[in-house]
Amino acid sequence: MVAQNIFFYVFAAAIVFSAFRVVTSNNVVHAALYLVAVLASVAAQYILLAAEFVAATQVLVYIGAIVVLFLFGIMLTRAKIGRDQDLTHKNWATGAATALLLFGVMAYALIDQYHWKQTPLPADTRLIAVNGSNTATVSDAVFSTYLVPFEVVSVLLLAALVGAIVLARKD
Amino acid sequence: MDNLLLNQFLLLGAVLFCLGVYGVLARRNAVLVLMSIELILNAVNINLVAFGALWGSISGAIFALFVIAVAAAEVGVGLAIVLLIYRNRRSVDLDDMAEMKG
Repeated sequence: MVAQNIFFYVFAAAIVFSAFRVVTSNNVVHAALYLVAVLASVAAQYILLAAEFVAATQVLVYIGAIVVLFLFGIMLTRAKIGRDQDLTHKNWATGAATALLLFGVMAYALIDQYHWKQTPLPADTRLIAVNGSNTATVSDAVFSTYLVPFEVVSVLLLAALVGAIVLARKD
Repeated sequence: MDNLLLNQFLLLGAVLFCLGVYGVLARRNAVLVLMSIELILNAVNINLVAFGALWGSISGAIFALFVIAVAAAEVGVGLAIVLLIYRNRRSVDLDDMAEMKG
């Protein structure tokens, strides 16, 4: 259990530092690469929570597809590759104050509601699952309980694909 | 130091969410704002998976998968819109987009 805590705090520190660099970096490409670090560390947290299929999907879809899409977007909009002082709004302090206030409210509510030590996660976060793996449980649930939402998501992805092509093509 | 606590994951999600909110508010480049939205979606996913682990339910992981799918669709359409804006105005600076201002 101590090992789990150590891994949690190592990856949590990686997430917070990289996310901070994503929103403060003066270089668009560096921001995208720090985003990769955030997404990979979040995948590590999913593995800690025994959601290995979500972790694999995170790596495949987010790091494999979405970040590449972002890099294409950066290059196609001819953002300055390299340092650019103009990426942050001059009123950034207002945004920072808003985010800090929001965090204060959320942290107060969370600590008030889920006191430390009172809501431990199960020692073994694996479910009593088909063949002992959560992936089999995920597939069972997706193709029975959540079949209709699953099909709706397929149609949504098709619609987004068609919409993106219609928007982006030159005519 | 014994079991992992739910609050660890919820507070990590809160930090990530607030960093994303700051990015949406303070960034001027439209692509960077889309990246900050991804941070917010990831914060929500951490919360969903953590609550799923707490209650021993697979629903949290399933909802996280749906959120990932919707995020992929959102980035595709969002970047297409950003490209269209760039093609029309030669800039993706959000401060320049003030035509709707009364």
